Amino acid sequence: MQDIANAIPATRSKSLMLSDVRIRLAARTLLALSATVMPGEILTVMGPSGSGKSTLLAFVGGFLDPAFEASGQVVIGDEDLTGLAANRRHAGILFQDPLLFPHLSVGGNILFAIPQTIRGRRARRELAEQALDEVGLAGFFDRDPETLSGGEKARVALQRVLISAPRFLLLDEPFSKLDMALRQQTRDLVFSKARASGLPAVLVTHDRADAEAAGGPVIEIGREVDG
Amino acid sequence: MAPPTETGVRTLFDANRLLVLILGLPVLAGMAGIALPAFGYLPALGESQFTLDHFAELSGQPHILRSTLTGLAAGLATTSISIAIVGTFLAGFAGTPVFSRIQHLVSPLLAVPHAAVAFALAFLIAPSGLLLRLISPELTGFARPPQWLVPNDPLALSMIAGLVAKEIPFLFLVALAALPQLPLRQSRQLTAALGHGHVSGFFVTLWPALYRQIRLAVLAVLVYSVSVVDVAIILGPQLPATLPVRIALWTADHELSARFLASAAALLQLAVVAVAIASWFLMERLGKIALARMTASGRRIRNDTLLRLASAIAMAATAVLTFLGLAALGLWSIAGLWPFPNNVPTHFTPQTWLRSMPQLGPPLRTTVALAISAASLALLIAIMLLNRNGAAGGGGKAIAYKSLYLPLLLPEISFVFGLKILIIAAGFEPAFATVLAAHLLFVLPYVLLSLSSPWRTLDPRFERIAAGFGKSPLRILITVRLPMLLRACLTAFAVGFSVSVSLYLPTLLIGAGRLTTIATESVALASGGDRRVIGVYALVQALLPFLAFLVASLGPQLLFRNRRAMRT
Repeated sequence: MQDIANAIPATRSKSLMLSDVRIRLAARTLLALSATVMPGEILTVMGPSGSGKSTLLAFVGGFLDPAFEASGQVVIGDEDLTGLAANRRHAGILFQDPLLFPHLSVGGNILFAIPQTIRGRRARRELAEQALDEVGLAGFFDRDPETLSGGEKARVALQRVLISAPRFLLLDEPFSKLDMALRQQTRDLVFSKARASGLPAVLVTHDRADAEAAGGPVIEIGREVDG
Repeated sequence: MAPPTETGVRTLFDANRLLVLILGLPVLAGMAGIALPAFGYLPALGESQFTLDHFAELSGQPHILRSTLTGLAAGLATTSISIAIVGTFLAGFAGTPVFSRIQHLVSPLLAVPHAAVAFALAFLIAPSGLLLRLISPELTGFARPPQWLVPNDPLALSMIAGLVAKEIPFLFLVALAALPQLPLRQSRQLTAALGHGHVSGFFVTLWPALYRQIRLAVLAVLVYSVSVVDVAIILGPQLPATLPVRIALWTADHELSARFLASAAALLQLAVVAVAIASWFLMERLGKIALARMTASGRRIRNDTLLRLASAIAMAATAVLTFLGLAALGLWSIAGLWPFPNNVPTHFTPQTWLRSMPQLGPPLRTTVALAISAASLALLIAIMLLNRNGAAGGGGKAIAYKSLYLPLLLPEISFVFGLKILIIAAGFEPAFATVLAAHLLFVLPYVLLSLSSPWRTLDPRFERIAAGFGKSPLRILITVRLPMLLRACLTAFAVGFSVSVSLYLPTLLIGAGRLTTIATESVALASGGDRRVIGVYALVQALLPFLAFLVASLGPQLLFRNRRAMRT
């Protein structure tokens, strides 16, 4: 099986640098951290719920609510992303829910994510079929996403993100809603694919098992930091 | 951190300011359009001398005081009765199975135009109406219709009944939208434990918060019913008619100098609305004091079964009577001979429909064209405004609910007439475009109101994912948000369509007789009294909104028949 990642030309093997990131809400500092995530590495940010983990991802992804005040920089390679709009950052995001677009077919979801640089209906469709095939979903192209099982949806969501040629991955507790058996399986798949893609990834979670499986550096947040 | 360039643009073109501009400017201009001629200033007619003569002329009109007071009292009565019934019903039943059953019964009524409801009621309660036929001659002994002055009774009771039947569904649905934000279940448990019945428990704990949420809608109901024209023509008193009806007659007067009288009267109507609102504020204050007294006294009304029952019956009766009336309209439109006191016609005939078709055609086409244009334009503007201030990307504030009520808190007859004067003064001919613009003023608030809640509740993460794919905001709007909100958009369109179909006064005044719609034609028929033809027109007017809602609910079913999540 050929990896779809090879089919997409993209800026690979650049590290993601978070320097002096500090996020405040109403004068209270939620979190402050600096980190460099190497290509193919998964940085885990651990903290209890309400500690501002997801806020960190929102800041990095470019969709932080204006109620928050943030300082610091997000740099990929030598490009500063901090002032860019979300759609210029190319963050590949996986949330707790698969969030497949309900108005599109399974294949339509993948096609939507394939970069415009790949031209031609045939080529795009083949790529999408291949992406589904890779995670054992061959023949699912025309299916309604709503008819898929939780595990199948998670796999489609993963392939959809990877095929969009992201520059880095943001994983927002992507396994927390899956049951035990499925969680293990999906986690292995996501992590192995993330490493294989050679992209820097930031995982936020409250589950220590996630952090261990990610195998990268771990930053714990959640204690109040002096602002 | 939001991108700095976008923040600047956002504050400059803040959607709320745009909205205030779109809705507020024409309303203010309209008010100016009557204020100046009322004092004799209208250069377009060669008059630029300030004078109070027109007010003197107005005060000399026969029974002008009675006209003024009847309209004011009817509006206050309508609002009090409607809010009392809706409030008691909510208090007595919110969260129970009866509640959702009545909700299903009442909701469709919101789409039926005011005039159609008024005709439906008239066909029921008239001396030769369906209700009296059903019980005659067995219970009443009537072999021929009695000589009652109903509808059009001098106390405006029929008119109040017609307005209440139409405002109850509106207030009910507005309250329904506010209800989920209240801690209903906890409060019910708490007050029940303290020994309260449903009704008193609700009023003591939840009513103040609920009322604050629906207050603007209540005031809109008040302003509307104090200033109503179409329902008043159909059901209201005659000789003298209520002030708004008389203003409408004066505005239609071909004698140009009547415009000054009409302007002075329109200004008087504005004062009437101000008095109505001031009286309402006073009643609110008294209600608040009474509620505070009751709360502090610790009095509990444990046994409120009768009160609850009465409110449920009133709610259900509103719906049942309206539907029965609509059925009566339908019967009359296909009735051959229908002598009193027969319950049904002796035979049926398509004759009335066939005979009406040629006259029905042009206004029907205008109605549909206006409604489709107004609803589409309003939907487009609503999408643009919400997109600017919506939750997406976390920029800006949400659309301020309050600014939507601008055109609904001033008497239509006053500012629309002012707009008409301005349009004439500016040298425009009455045309489709000007009528459309006037419709938009009333259609846009309801379309925005209908769309803004689903717009806010769409999960923002879908758009974040798409932004991560590198899609531009416009592309995300078109490929993600709008398709996912298709049903909500179509519903908002249907709401706008229904509002446009029901608009009588803006069409009459701005269209100036050149543009006629089903609404203006059917109300014009009211005086003629040909029940069969009225039946045809009122039924067509009532059916158009239903068709729009049918399309709105079938559209997603057909387009997304293979997408389960899109069909619910």
